[in-house]
Amino acid sequence: MMLRSRVTPVLLLQENGLIKTQKFENPKYVGDPINAVKIFSEKEVDELILLDIDASAMMRKPNFDLLREVAAESRMPLCYGGGICSAEMAAQIIALGYEKISISHAALERPELVREMADRVGRQSVVVTIDVKSEGALGPHQVYSRNAKLSHHVDPLAFAVKCTELGAGEIVINSIDRDGMMQGYDLDFARKARAAITTPITIVGGAGSLADVHALTGELGPVGAGVGSLFVFKGKYRAVLISYARH
Amino acid sequence: MKMLCVIDYGSGNIAAIANICERERIPYYIASQPTRLAAASHYLLPGVGAFDPTVATLEKSGILAALHNEVMSNEKPILGICVGMHLLADACDEGVSSGLGWIPGHVTQIDISKLNRPPYLPHMGWNSVHSTNDDPLLQGVDLERGFYFLHSYFFNARDPKQVVAEVNYGDALPCIVRKGHIVGAQFHPEKSHSNGIRFLKNFVGTP
Repeated sequence: MMLRSRVTPVLLLQENGLIKTQKFENPKYVGDPINAVKIFSEKEVDELILLDIDASAMMRKPNFDLLREVAAESRMPLCYGGGICSAEMAAQIIALGYEKISISHAALERPELVREMADRVGRQSVVVTIDVKSEGALGPHQVYSRNAKLSHHVDPLAFAVKCTELGAGEIVINSIDRDGMMQGYDLDFARKARAAITTPITIVGGAGSLADVHALTGELGPVGAGVGSLFVFKGKYRAVLISYARH
Repeated sequence: MKMLCVIDYGSGNIAAIANICERERIPYYIASQPTRLAAASHYLLPGVGAFDPTVATLEKSGILAALHNEVMSNEKPILGICVGMHLLADACDEGVSSGLGWIPGHVTQIDISKLNRPPYLPHMGWNSVHSTNDDPLLQGVDLERGFYFLHSYFFNARDPKQVVAEVNYGDALPCIVRKGHIVGAQFHPEKSHSNGIRFLKNFVGTP
């Protein structure tokens, strides 16, 4: 009996539809968010992450009506990210039925927001998502935001640690270069992240099979294993089919 | 007649609980006024965030006297969830406010020294639970699958006999405490799929 790893579908929201990207580009429509959330609820998923990838990039507010509908269909823990720019906004989304609120660009711009959110909703509900890109096999990992359009001169793990000190209860490491490629997680960087960060972490980007998930959870567990393409596509022609498995 | 009153005092995940009741046909209503409490047979006290602000929010809501009357004088069952559970204790290390003192105990930060590697805090995710006295609240619950936890503090009950279930995180931590009709649960039943629904139905007594 012990805490288990979380196998977490990561859904990307764009213009009220779900999309899946490769390396944060070439969005492919994969369906209606409410329908997908219903299916994942039926399948009793461990957790769900929903990221509105336009909200922050276009500097608009979260779509509260849609988020309310999503929450009504969810019997699993929910994390929402996208367009959160104040502790008050985070509290409003918690009140809709979400457990965790993720910020990314906003934390890079104004790290104090992490502390403000922790004071308002509790640190267990504050998530910082860090989008990273590896510059070659041995090069350092760079931090990006605004859908990989904006680079930041900051060390990702030093920034992660700073966020946990400010009050983040979880760090999500999202690999831009592994996104949608289904060729395995960046285990080496995941290991470094695990060693550096004391809070729970979730690794996103690269899961192409359950073996990939188990390679991550087996070595770093308990850890969150974020999964995109694997749970929304089937077969080499990437036909859209929502599925879920943890074993 | 069974009727669950979800107490909306400005803290906690009211919507998620209401969604479950709606879907599972658990008779319920949401109350934010003291005059609205009497109609219920059971009470659900949610809570999220830090202890002191949550106590302050509950006190400010003006609902406390009415709730005290229903639970302590009329002996109607109440279930506190997460920080709602912590409110049932005497006090909390995290804050200076007094709790309700309905179940003797102290809310304490989880001791991470017994965890041999990170993650440390918060305790986040699905964890198995261990039933200590076959309480009917856990009837039909898959204990191995357990519930979803998200917390850094736990309810350190003074009387071990009032601990109905434990979760292992460094130590064996109480995760359901019960003193007769007063119950506290550390996990989130509203986000624990079929196990959580079973637990809520066991509490209310609906099929």
